[in-house]
Amino acid sequence: MTVTEPAGIADRGDPTTAALAVQNLELAYEVRGVPREVLRDVTFQIRPGEAFGLVGESGCGKSTTAYAALRYLPDNAVVQGGAVLANGVDILKMSTGELRDFRSSQASMVYQDPVQAMNPALKIGRQVAECYQILGQSKSEAMESAGDALRRVKIADPVRVLDRYPHQLSGGMLQRVVIAMALSGDPKLLVLDEPTTGLDATVEAEVLDLVRDLREETNAAILLIAHNLGVIRSMCDRVGVMYAGRIVEEGNAQVVFDNPEHPYTKGLLNAIPRSGVRKTDRALFTIPGNLPLIGTPLPTCVYVDRCPLADDLCRTEVPPVVPVGDGHWSRCHHIDRMAQIVEPDAQITEYDIGTDNVIQLNGVSKTFRQRGHDVPALVSVDLGFHEGETLGLVGESGSGKSTLAKTLLGIHSPDSGGTITLRGREMQSKATDRIAESTRAISMVFQNPDSALNRMWTVRRILKRTLTKLTDVQGAEADRRVEELAEAMRLSPRHLDMRPRQLSGGLKQRVAIARAFAGNPDVVVCDEPTSALDVSVQAAILNLLANLQNDERTSYLFITHDIGVVRYLADRIAVMYLGRIMEIGSTDVMFSEVNHPYTEALLSAVPSVDGEAENRIPLTGEIPSPANPPSGCVFHTRCHRVIEGLCEVTEPAMQELSPGHRIKCHLTVEQLSVPVEITEAATLATLAD
Amino acid sequence: MLRYVLRRLALSLITLLILIAVIFLLTRVFPSDPARQLAGPFGSQERVDQLNADLGLKDPMITQFGRLLRDVVTLDFGESYSQPGERVLDLIRPRLWNSAKLVLFALVLTLPISIVGGIVAARKKDTLLDRTIVNIGLASSSIPEFVSGVLLQYVIGVRLGWLPAVTNIPEGSSIITELRYLLLPALAIVFVYFGYIARITRAGTITALDADYTRTAFMKGLSTRSVVRKHVLRNSLQPTVAVTGTQIGYLFGGLVGLEVVFNYPGLGLLILNAATAPDFPLLQAGVITVAIIFMLCTLGADILIAYMNPRARMNIKES
Repeated sequence: MTVTEPAGIADRGDPTTAALAVQNLELAYEVRGVPREVLRDVTFQIRPGEAFGLVGESGCGKSTTAYAALRYLPDNAVVQGGAVLANGVDILKMSTGELRDFRSSQASMVYQDPVQAMNPALKIGRQVAECYQILGQSKSEAMESAGDALRRVKIADPVRVLDRYPHQLSGGMLQRVVIAMALSGDPKLLVLDEPTTGLDATVEAEVLDLVRDLREETNAAILLIAHNLGVIRSMCDRVGVMYAGRIVEEGNAQVVFDNPEHPYTKGLLNAIPRSGVRKTDRALFTIPGNLPLIGTPLPTCVYVDRCPLADDLCRTEVPPVVPVGDGHWSRCHHIDRMAQIVEPDAQITEYDIGTDNVIQLNGVSKTFRQRGHDVPALVSVDLGFHEGETLGLVGESGSGKSTLAKTLLGIHSPDSGGTITLRGREMQSKATDRIAESTRAISMVFQNPDSALNRMWTVRRILKRTLTKLTDVQGAEADRRVEELAEAMRLSPRHLDMRPRQLSGGLKQRVAIARAFAGNPDVVVCDEPTSALDVSVQAAILNLLANLQNDERTSYLFITHDIGVVRYLADRIAVMYLGRIMEIGSTDVMFSEVNHPYTEALLSAVPSVDGEAENRIPLTGEIPSPANPPSGCVFHTRCHRVIEGLCEVTEPAMQELSPGHRIKCHLTVEQLSVPVEITEAATLATLAD
Repeated sequence: MLRYVLRRLALSLITLLILIAVIFLLTRVFPSDPARQLAGPFGSQERVDQLNADLGLKDPMITQFGRLLRDVVTLDFGESYSQPGERVLDLIRPRLWNSAKLVLFALVLTLPISIVGGIVAARKKDTLLDRTIVNIGLASSSIPEFVSGVLLQYVIGVRLGWLPAVTNIPEGSSIITELRYLLLPALAIVFVYFGYIARITRAGTITALDADYTRTAFMKGLSTRSVVRKHVLRNSLQPTVAVTGTQIGYLFGGLVGLEVVFNYPGLGLLILNAATAPDFPLLQAGVITVAIIFMLCTLGADILIAYMNPRARMNIKES
């Protein structure tokens, strides 16, 4: 392979003074004796105090790069070439002892899942103090330092936290602890591997704020790995875009995201629902094809098979590194033709939404009995949705979204008093008691298609079984319907005879959607259907859902934590908190008028790839336990607009701000429009109890 | 922690109560007439009736069960039927002590090598060493202990004459001599349990080594030794402890075959003889003894696991 000395990279300065300089790193995983290439000629530098982001879809090699930066690689990893320099020293050549010193005092890491990253059997104090003991402190000194470390990551009550076990703390709190441990050796390099993936948006925002503050304080170089482009944009000075183990574009984060100069970067950015684009405006941009499997030989341009600009040159020659601006370069033969990649045409589709409610929930509550206590998971929910409408349901984890979905499906039966009607007729509360028509009318698409599909069955059998169970269609007619269904989901006939494990994540989710649509349902409950998928695949699934809805006039209850997705797809949005609907309104109104303070905080927490800087409103403390909800307005303990003497006493009623836009709040529109001031105390992390 | 222990203890007592009831019912199902047996084939009917009355064998079942419970609490099971004049407790005590000696000796031999073997196999997963350990364990545990017992007895005891082939320990022997006598049957137990415990330790250790918290520990800059000692073992040995706990209980009463082969007077043999006699008081007392030991061992294992794993003890505490 010809290696061109990248001009843009050479400009970055002396690699021996960089906090991290990855140079022409070639890495493979050996599987049954055959090396499979994972990193191809990866080169980048991070200067002291600089934040560098790596983005890309799953399997592109970004996490491998992160772990290579601390030389924590699986046994079957083979470095085939290149170097990883930390302050001029090649860590790949270090002895075991040197590597341990490097990890304890030069570089450290923050991981994706803080709950798993902490040892469940040891108290927090012991685990944090251990970092200081490695540095030579005595046991008591180290425990002292551990307390200081927790104070530094803005934990309000370090002494109590030190005395807890990991399972007694929330994910956000644990991530602070992990960060505190990472900072123990005053590292010159901090590697963050998807540090906020899996956390709620509000917690994510807190953790990101903390990292930003600490960065100013420590002057450590940061390598941030994230698939969320908004996170990278809000955190990083520079960004590298990875695809199939190669960095295809690098440059200033804002410049790259505003003016991408590689077809993959551009595709990735266009695939995200952003800038307030709605399904009524246009379809989402999709990237055709799939990521190449690890180990696929890609002798020329790695993106050639999916690139709309690809021609014979791309198939015969490795694209050179082409500088396109100050420190900004792209590995593409056709930078001049970038403008040819256009977003899908505006379509201005009128989605035909009926006026009668297909489903209506009246005063639906669900109380679980747990250890002799009543835990109200849903409290008097009134909700209806129309034919062909998408109702987005948002809220932090634990807000009752999934309970609502399960109650609707008849998995949980609601408390007596509440009713669920289907086209005006009351349904039995338990799914097993419902008549066939009610069962057929409501179906579900799950977050994880892997566990939602029978692994032993072919796609054809999965679909046919659902079809013959739910409808009168049988025999040859059913076979024909299965093929029609597959076609409607853009599945090719050969997929019908495959088993789920032979399909990619996106195809599996199409099968799951096909199954949900097999009974020609009136309502489909979609529980985070795209959050396990890559951005380019998500776009195709969202387009599919939008088209199906337009053709079939199906209603969706769409549960998601992704504000961009819900804004794109939903006609109306309901915001839940502790089992109550706090706000509901049409999508347009929700994003243009004043909101419930909770919604206001939720929306401000989302890091935007468009870089619209907004004043973030921190939510004080953790979500209260539903078993012991606060008095008065349940949100008053965390509300930044709380009125003392009112909110903690009286639970507000729903008030209508404008037709169809209702909030559960005491405040008037005028009061809600006043900008808020954020106090330092509000940014501290406190224990839930 | 104290609340957890008390709770588990209470649960154990309930289980024990159920077990005693089952044992009681089982012994009543035997198609035999103890009074007739005690009176002998030529005993008069009056003698049989007298015995029935004395032993309360014709009392209502519930009265008899109540008596058994009282016996358990007072640790007085009366006289043996098959060896008239002998107190049941006096028959059981030496046997229990014998079984305990054999089981403890076998454990002292088995646990260190199988735990270390399991950890080494996990650390060297998929290497030749790992496969060797796993396969030796598999092969040796597939042979029942009384079969390997016979082999050991013949080869080492009889042909080579290195160790005593039967366990007729002379009165007043020193501890070393006693252990010499017990080594062959103990080795037979080692053969069975090495593979079993090593495999479970290996599986637990592999899971713990792959866990994210182990990665965190390495990234802190700890040495492999410290990572294994401080972070891995505490989590990885929990299944080993659980399994060992239940197996010790089993060993006390379940080594009948081995005791026959080495002519070792342990609990297993006692229970077998009591069942074939049949000697109800002895049988009941023997089985209940084993049950109590089983219960204590599982309880001990649970407490140890609760100590190792805070989630285990806290979930119980809160519920």
